[in-house]
Amino acid sequence: MANSIKIRAKIKGDTTEVKCLMTHPMETGLRKDSKTGKLVPAHFINEVIAEAGGKPVMTAEWSGGISKNPYLSFSFTGAAKGDEVKITWKDNQGGSDSETAKIS
Amino acid sequence: MKMTQLALTAICAISATVVMADKKATDTSPAEDLKVYRDYFNKRFPGIPLNEFGNGVYAIDKVSRDSWEAIEEFPPYEPMIEAGEAMWNKPFANGKSFASCFGNSPAQRKNYPHWDAKRKMVVTMELAINDCLEANGEKPLGYNKGKIADLAAYMAYQSRGQKIDVQIPNDPDALAAYNDGKAFYFARRGQLNFSCASCHMESAGMHVRTDTLSPALGHASGWPVYRSKWGELGTLHRRFGGCNEQVRAKKFKPQGKEYRNLEYFLAHMSNGIEYNGPSSRK
Amino acid sequence: MTMNTKRRVFLKGSMAAGSVGVAIGAGLLAPQAVIAAWNEKAFQAKSVDDALTATMGAAANTASDAIKIKAPDIAENGAVVPVSVSTDMSGVESIALLAEGNNTPLVATFMLGAGAIPDVSTRIKMGKTSDVIAVVKAGGKLHSARKSVKVTIGGCGG
Repeated sequence: MANSIKIRAKIKGDTTEVKCLMTHPMETGLRKDSKTGKLVPAHFINEVIAEAGGKPVMTAEWSGGISKNPYLSFSFTGAAKGDEVKITWKDNQGGSDSETAKIS
Repeated sequence: MKMTQLALTAICAISATVVMADKKATDTSPAEDLKVYRDYFNKRFPGIPLNEFGNGVYAIDKVSRDSWEAIEEFPPYEPMIEAGEAMWNKPFANGKSFASCFGNSPAQRKNYPHWDAKRKMVVTMELAINDCLEANGEKPLGYNKGKIADLAAYMAYQSRGQKIDVQIPNDPDALAAYNDGKAFYFARRGQLNFSCASCHMESAGMHVRTDTLSPALGHASGWPVYRSKWGELGTLHRRFGGCNEQVRAKKFKPQGKEYRNLEYFLAHMSNGIEYNGPSSRK
Repeated sequence: MTMNTKRRVFLKGSMAAGSVGVAIGAGLLAPQAVIAAWNEKAFQAKSVDDALTATMGAAANTASDAIKIKAPDIAENGAVVPVSVSTDMSGVESIALLAEGNNTPLVATFMLGAGAIPDVSTRIKMGKTSDVIAVVKAGGKLHSARKSVKVTIGGCGG
């Protein structure tokens, strides 16, 4: 997979709406593997940082209670068409990824 | 209310069953079957446009439809469509690619399943994908999930809007395959002694515990499917296997003759409905 | 990508259509500072009050009609429950999203800066039937709303 984050950012009037989908197992650490019967170790995104034009716009903290392959949407003002939105996630095992998209 | 529904169901089920199942599979033609099948679902779910049945249970269940629409807003299968696109574009070791088998357009959904007169068998899209890999010296893929579902998702996505148009040619072998699929569809099996039709025809719209049973009409349209339960994409034949196991019957091999013939029958019954895969389901 | 052209289109009024967002524009905290602070205590708390105290500094809150929660009456699958939280309150600093019946109720917190639109959507896991609770911190005070979501066991392995 090329990138674990897909972003759509659209501006309407002065409001930019960002929708993103992240590819991640979001294991709570409480689920048993159906074959081995052993607990699957916790592995979930616990921080998501959204920036626009280099400035932080929103920061989320998550538990493993967010669904597998997480979806997030949010809106903000103060950006213009063509500006870049950057989404970064970090997980509890030290993994991370980030992706940018232009506001259309 | 429940009783009325049940009684009505019984009546409808009897008429459809008599025409389509209690007789031998060979007693009615595909055209006659199609009419009975359509009439049955139209009567059962009046006012629902044909194409809506391509959305499965969401065509008839408003509550779950709300969640579904929210999920389809940015569906979890989108990254898999991209992975499938990369597969489509990546040359094999011999320099050729899937285009050498399918032609330049990945929008091939409408051509499957079809009767292959030379091979005397039903060919599905997944089967054709593996045939292509093997013909080019590549390793075939597992049929239930993973890469084959990614590629099928890309091809289905590019094909959205094409209508299911599965023909049963005037060929005794083709007709036999169709009748085999039809017989499978109406055959009771497993410890629960359910046929496909028991749940998705006779009891469509009713509940198994809290699940609303989806109408069989349109069942072939939206594959591959990202089931929340799976947390990943799976193929139609994977679901056939799951359904068979749920009635505590033996499941058959994906892309074996049984399921290919079943797909042939099922897809023919959904002729005219748009292919809209990939889709998300609960 | 051709992704745009073939996407499912639903009539307006569908649940997700007008969703949301959070956000904001001014940099209150550098992202790194927030990362270092992932609130383990709040996310591992077993009760709503403990979680709120750990993340918002207090548990006491006032119910508010100004907070809207969009979530299904009946979850199709408890593993994927679409939830949106929005409010027209001003001065919103942060939003906490909790599933009361979960083993650890706090699911997410969203920190907004000045100028943000307090409107976020995500999909959450719910272990059993319970209320989804949204707590909004605005002007230093906590406001909340709740919405019941039924989580059921499916008959088809769902």
